[in-house]
Order: sequence, then C-alpha cells, then structure tokens
Amino acid sequence: MALTETQTPRVNRTVRVVNVSERRRTLTFWERIYLPEVFRGLILTARHFFVNLARHTLNLVGIKTAEPGAATFQYPEVVRPHAPRLRSLHRLVPRPDGTPRCVACMMCETACPAYCISIVAEEVDDPDIEKRPRSFTIDLGRCVFCGFCVEACPEDAIRMDTGITQIASLSRNGMILDIKTLLALKAESEQGGKPVDFLQQQFVS
Amino acid sequence: MDTMLTIGVALGKTAFIILFVLSLAAVLTWVERKQSAVMQDRIGANRASIFGLRLWGLFHIIADSVKMFTKEDFTPDTPHRFLHATAPVIAIFLALVAFAVIPFGNAITIAGHTISLQVVDLNVGLLYLFAMGSVAVYGVVLAGWSSNNNYALLGSVRASAQMISYEITIGLTLVGLIMIYQTLSLVEIVQAQGGLLFGFLPAWGVFLQPVGCILFLVAGIAETKRIPFDIPEGESEIIGFFVEYSSMKFGMFMFADFIEVVLLSAMMTTFFFGGWQVPWMADTGFVFPWGGGWDLNVLVVEGLRIAAFIVKVAFFCWFLMLVRWTLPRFRFDQLMHLGWKILLPLSLVNTMVTALIVLWLGW
Repeated sequence: MALTETQTPRVNRTVRVVNVSERRRTLTFWERIYLPEVFRGLILTARHFFVNLARHTLNLVGIKTAEPGAATFQYPEVVRPHAPRLRSLHRLVPRPDGTPRCVACMMCETACPAYCISIVAEEVDDPDIEKRPRSFTIDLGRCVFCGFCVEACPEDAIRMDTGITQIASLSRNGMILDIKTLLALKAESEQGGKPVDFLQQQFVS
Repeated sequence: MDTMLTIGVALGKTAFIILFVLSLAAVLTWVERKQSAVMQDRIGANRASIFGLRLWGLFHIIADSVKMFTKEDFTPDTPHRFLHATAPVIAIFLALVAFAVIPFGNAITIAGHTISLQVVDLNVGLLYLFAMGSVAVYGVVLAGWSSNNNYALLGSVRASAQMISYEITIGLTLVGLIMIYQTLSLVEIVQAQGGLLFGFLPAWGVFLQPVGCILFLVAGIAETKRIPFDIPEGESEIIGFFVEYSSMKFGMFMFADFIEVVLLSAMMTTFFFGGWQVPWMADTGFVFPWGGGWDLNVLVVEGLRIAAFIVKVAFFCWFLMLVRWTLPRFRFDQLMHLGWKILLPLSLVNTMVTALIVLWLGW
C-alpha cells in the first residue's frame, strides 16, 4: 500500500509557494497609522463580548441560544466526549470463563518503548493455550500511552478502551496495576460511555 | 460647632471616595478575569463559592484577598529592607491620594450648608493630579532598586523611562484644555463643560479637543503600565519591578494598578467627558435643545449627576479592560518611537492649533 502511494505520479499538482515578501507585505497608509486597525480590533473583541454576554444572559433566564456563550467544558462535572480511538487506560480482555486471553507471549513487553509492562509466564495444562501470565503488571508511572502493546498483541488480549484518563496516585507504587485490576476493568462502551473516577476506585493508597 | 461640621463633612467625603475607589478597584480584579473570559468565548473564574453559591465568581475577590494576606511574605536579601517595604505603600498611596481633587458631583446645598462633592477644591487641581502622577513612578523605581534583583531593576528603569516619556504628552495635551477653559481648577473645568456647542452638542472636552482626547487616552494607558504598554512588567521577558514581592506587598502593587485604571477613567471623565454633567441637564431638570424640558427636583438632579459620573467612570474602566485584552504589547523601541516621534509632535501641533484658534476666536 505504502509503495503504491509513493509511486503515484505527481502530475497536475500546483504547489503553492509562499513568498516571504508576500507574508511581510508593506502596510497600507491606514494600517501604518495603526489607530484604525486598533479600532477594528476593539470592535471585534467588543462584538465577541456583547454577543457572548447576551448568550449568557439568555441562557441564565432559561432561553436556549443556538450557540453557547462559551466553548468551555466545566471539567470535573462535565467531561468532554472521548473520540472512539482514544488511547486511555489499559485493560486485559477476559475469556468467557474469566481467565485472561493473554497467552504470555511477551510481544507487548518487547514492543513497549517505556519498559512498563512486566509479565511472568506459567504453563497451563490446556494444550490450546499452553502459557498464561502468572503476573501481568503495568507501571503507569512509566507508560507513555503509545498503544504499541495493543498493536503487538496477537490475541487481542490487551486494549486501551476503558475511557479512563484521570490517572493519579499519591505514591509510585500506586501507579502499578496488577493483573486482577487490569482484568476487572471494562470498556468505556460497556459502562454506557460513563468515565470512571479512577482516583476513588483504585489509586487512593 | 461649624469647624466640627466641616471636619465631619470632609471625613465623610473622604470615606466615600476611598470606599468607592477601593471597591471599584476590587471589583475590577473580577471584571478583568471575567470580561477577558467573555471576550474569548470562555467562562472565567467561577469556582469560589460560599455554601454552594457562586455568583459568577464574585467570591474570587474575597478568596484572592484571603490568599494574598495569608501567603508567605518573602523579603529578598537586600540592604534596602525599609525601602522594599515602603515601595508598595508609596505606589498605592499616590494612586489613592490623586482622587482628592476629582469632583464626583455638583455642589449640593443641605440645610443652608453648601457641600462641594470633592475632597478638596484646589484651584491648581490639575497640577496636583500631574504631581501625584509623576511622583507615582517613585513606588516603581524604589521597588526595583531595593529588590536587589537585575530583572526588577530593569523593570523599574523601563518604567521610569516610559512614564517620563508619556508624562510630557499628557501635560501637553492638557495644555490645550487649560487654554480653552482658562482654569486649572477641576471644578471649573467640569462646570465649563455644562454648556452647549452649536446649540445642541454638550461642550465636553472630547468635542473641543478630539485629538487631545485620543492622545491623552493613549498616554494615560501608558501611564497605568498596562498592556499594550506593560513594558515595565513584561511578564514573558522580565517579570518586572515586583518580581521580588510576594503576598500582600505584591497585592498592593496589583491593587495600585487597578486604582490607576480607575484614576485614568476618572480623569478621562473629568477632562473630556463632562465629569458629572448629564447632557442637556440644567440645575432645574432637563432642557432639551429641540424644545421642551423635564423639570426635576434639585436633589434628583444632583443624584443623577453623581450617577452619571459613576456610569462614565465604569464605562471607561470597561473600555480600558477591552483595550488591555485586545492589543499585544509594544516592543521597547516601538514604545519610545510612539512616545517621542508620534505622540509628542502630535500633542505639540494640537497645542499650537488650539492656541491659534483660541487666539482667533478671542476667548
């Protein structure tokens, strides 16, 4: 795929070269006087002020305006909707019987650029699985949220779709998640899109 | 008994003006954050609350002052500890004391006593305002000098250069006003603005001296050391003359800044926008130039005049905030260029033209 793209002949493409002199064109007389431009700027900001003030006032008395007065999300109360491809906190996907899908192949541990995943493997009697992780820890204090572990996993056993972005702890050890916690986490879509307050749930140590 | 009454009235007026200025300056700290937020499609400070009541962040004024008073007051290792502690006091004192000559209403007569609504009626009130404005640079210079910090010193040197440059323009623009009104008393300047031009236009300074008004406004903003003229502060390059100040000492510098905004608004109102004059209002009520009128009680008239002064000052505070949140900061060479090569010649020309017209009309 990548090869064909680079081989596409570049015909009929006009490349717009931005001239330096075009960027720094000479100012007109009225612009050099500066005062008219100042007034234009003041009119612009004053218009924003009065339009937004009117919107705020209308919203306050209960009339909905087409646009809100401010683009702000009132963060802890209102959380901005996540993009579906957002890389949030990791989770281990369980099999139907509750054991992890992970087969301890160490692909994610190898792919991880921050060395934050550490897996200890053990044997299983089941000939279809052969290996499973005895322990699987992620040190979030090191994690760079690159998502390489998700890409590397051949079993789709690790995902970054919990929608949890509020990650904090009072100690370094609190940032290390073990296999039990990782298995218990659910996808954001399974929780009805509601983000979990992770601080209260897990990290108060 | 009469002396007691005079002293009491004087104290009352002083209390009124100080309370008015200080509370307006305190509200301005809120206005600055909230107005900029509304201008930039944001919400602004709204988290401080008392029992869940937020009131659009008005409690941030209280929260801020509590924070200022309770933070650590750090004094740098400097041989000028006394000056270091005095500088913010000088800054805020000179900003406040300038309000003494600003008339906020016409003289009112209650029970046979005539009370002029200003703290002192100086016949050289205009010069007094200048003097206080000029000395105000001392607070800044002393702060930079006593901080034992290169950046603070740089900030105060910039401040003194800037304020001296722009004071000349302020002085020269007001010379035009002095020539027109033939007085240095602010009371008489305001009273002279009660007439009409061409039979319908209020004889405000802005109509008599339009160029002077703009020059005064520009130079006045430079005097308040706020954006676009905040070279002494220059928060992205040097932190400014108050870099070594913390807690309420810094708070006093910040507060002096807002008081200077109120002062500039009051000066703009007094010199160029009719002071306490309401357009087309005489002592007996409204007299419209197109005929007719509306008789009002004397006390209602005087009350409206005080209200007009307050509204005008509030408008200019809003306008100065608008300027502050619209324009970017000048470079230092641009500042000097504007001050010496543009504003100064313009104000000289303005003075000349005004003088010629005054001479020609024979006022």
